[in-house]
Amino acid sequence: MTFLEYAPAPESTAILNLKPEYGLFIGNEFVAAEGESFSTISPATEKEIARVANASAADVDRAVAAARKAYDKTWSKLSGRDRGKYLFRIARLVQERARELAVAESLDNGKPIKESRDVDVPLVAAWFFYYAGWADKLDYAGLGGNPRSLGVAAQVIPWNFPLLMLAWKIAPALAAGNTVVLKPAETTPLTALLFAEIVQQADLPAGVVNIITGAGETGRALVNHPDVDKVAFTGSTEVGRQIARSTAGSGKKVTLELGGKAANIVFDDAPIDQAVEGIVNGIFFNQGHVCCAGSRLLVQENIHDDVVERLKNRLSTLRLGDPLDKNTDIGAINSAEQLQRIRELSDIGEAEGAERWTAECAIPENGFWFAPTIFDNVSTSSRIAREEIFGPVLSVLTFRTPAEAIAKANNTPYGLSAGIWSDKGSRILAVADKLRAGVIWANTFNRFDPASPFGGYKESGYGREGGRHGLAAYLKGAK
Amino acid sequence: MTHIAVPKTYKLFIGGAFPRSESGRTYEVATPKGVFLANAAKASRKDARDAVVAARGAVSGWAGATAYNRGQVLYRVAEVLEGRRAQFEDEIVRQEGVSASAARAQVDEAIDRWVWYAGWTDKFTQVVGNANPVAGPYFNLTVPEPTGVVAIVAPQDSSLLGLVSAVAPALVSGNAVVVVASETFPLSSITLAEVLATSDLPKGVVNVLTGSPAEIAPWLASHADVNALDLVGAGALDWIDLEIAAADTLKRVYPPENGPDAAAPALSRITAFTETKTVWHTKALI
Repeated sequence: MTFLEYAPAPESTAILNLKPEYGLFIGNEFVAAEGESFSTISPATEKEIARVANASAADVDRAVAAARKAYDKTWSKLSGRDRGKYLFRIARLVQERARELAVAESLDNGKPIKESRDVDVPLVAAWFFYYAGWADKLDYAGLGGNPRSLGVAAQVIPWNFPLLMLAWKIAPALAAGNTVVLKPAETTPLTALLFAEIVQQADLPAGVVNIITGAGETGRALVNHPDVDKVAFTGSTEVGRQIARSTAGSGKKVTLELGGKAANIVFDDAPIDQAVEGIVNGIFFNQGHVCCAGSRLLVQENIHDDVVERLKNRLSTLRLGDPLDKNTDIGAINSAEQLQRIRELSDIGEAEGAERWTAECAIPENGFWFAPTIFDNVSTSSRIAREEIFGPVLSVLTFRTPAEAIAKANNTPYGLSAGIWSDKGSRILAVADKLRAGVIWANTFNRFDPASPFGGYKESGYGREGGRHGLAAYLKGAK
Repeated sequence: MTHIAVPKTYKLFIGGAFPRSESGRTYEVATPKGVFLANAAKASRKDARDAVVAARGAVSGWAGATAYNRGQVLYRVAEVLEGRRAQFEDEIVRQEGVSASAARAQVDEAIDRWVWYAGWTDKFTQVVGNANPVAGPYFNLTVPEPTGVVAIVAPQDSSLLGLVSAVAPALVSGNAVVVVASETFPLSSITLAEVLATSDLPKGVVNVLTGSPAEIAPWLASHADVNALDLVGAGALDWIDLEIAAADTLKRVYPPENGPDAAAPALSRITAFTETKTVWHTKALI
């Protein structure tokens, strides 16, 4: 018996009109790739959704050539006003097809439909709407008058927010006047391919947006392509390092949005119930597949027991299961490989002496699942406190003074995000000043907005996405 | 009776002190015609590491100082520079072999650039920061913050101006600096260090290494406690290898610049060594 019995309320997949097989999207057409196709599966059922093309180096060449031609012949000559109108069209088309995109996202990624429907897809539309308006206002972007676009942008995105990461990459790039070749992650190509249909419906000039599918090899060929002027990558710190090495001396402008190990700091004067909701949202949102996830809970020692108990009670009410069910809180882990990594690191956490607690919930027979898990009494040197797990696993540490909280929060090579929970405004401001992280949420967590710059300090990467700063990543000064 | 001159021993500048290189090494600095000027310290890997330790220790104090205070301290540097201009001009003439008027012009420009940057400390945040109109009950603010420890390979073809042009902008936001001076013209860097040491700049905020950039720069590029690498003067080195080494800890890297306009005054030289922090403050629902 769980918290409350609910009848299943699955979102229908009838709204989808998928093709059995997708080619590469180059020059506004789906074309066949050279290599073998591969299948994209639903992580909740392990059933094939569609087959997608695996782009070879020659395919990457074709896509970059299409983007170069579009840049030289049409897009760089179009006025900002006209570029903006195309982006506004895209924003509207995303809104019109929002339900379809949400269902496809949950099917392919495994995230709960309530997240793809209420967070991912609305933000995608917002992102295009926001940057559409920038296209004819670039003189105000902070680079002086008449800033110039860079050229062809190579964009490689991860599987955790497939369509949202696409929007973060494509919207500012196009607004600034660049053309793009984008590669979605190999496990989540579906919504990018549906987006290609939207590009066709918006009647964008051919070659402005090219979408090529494939794995790491395809991504490498893309970012190292000599005719690429800009590289934007979101993904692991390890791959980010490889890109920084391979693009060294190339003159390519590079932005990297990499891993994180965010501290979520709860002071004893925090509104505890809200904080518990925030902690849950911080680490269990999107199954913890979030680079800015609040994976290290730093709780003031005197409220530790209370917070952990309330947290366990709250987690016991979360529903794990079918991502398409509207009642589902925790969906599927994106891939068998990722599930393996979460299991390994969790076992290490246990072996290193942390106390493991896992919410009791029924695990479906097929698919990849990991029940929400808390590790208590985690030491700062433990691997689960240092390495990014990228799963629904929370490490709990304690502190006594603000100085100790700050020292522990900053004790990581990462610096993407952090959370502060307190009712004392002056303390929030002081602590926020001291945290070495690019995004800080005070009495909230995991909020995103196209007007708000996002990105990391230290080994979480460089460059910003969102806001005026995100636009500057795709421009250079006039001189 | 003629006065027998008392020549200066040019040493390193680390943590506010003037140590010799721990390696005991020096190298000869001469005029363009080959006349001996001084034995400059030839910094080692250990000296570079000591300098990084000193810089790291200085970051929180300098970054935590008010922008007004940083501005006043940097302006004071320009004042003291002005007062010792004769010594700088003399050293420039002897090192570079240029005319007295050319040396004077270089010192003029170095002082003016320093003043220009000093005035930025309490303004760049307003120019590059943002209040962000997010769709929700949040006060959302973006501000630039210093990156941390910045290692600089100073322009190699200039004794004072290149050095000033690279060091001053990194200090504006509150970074601490380890700078490798011009190998050929190192004397001005140590005299500048004497200016810095007497200008209320906290110790460790600027650390000056003289010697071989080709030898020292790789240790700084791969040092895990260096946050950013300014390769402005590294054009003649294997600078791509330095950038590759810097990738291990994802340092921010600023590429080489060549020619007389290298490190020209620009806001972008300040922001290159800053990080962008965005804070979401929750508003109550009333």
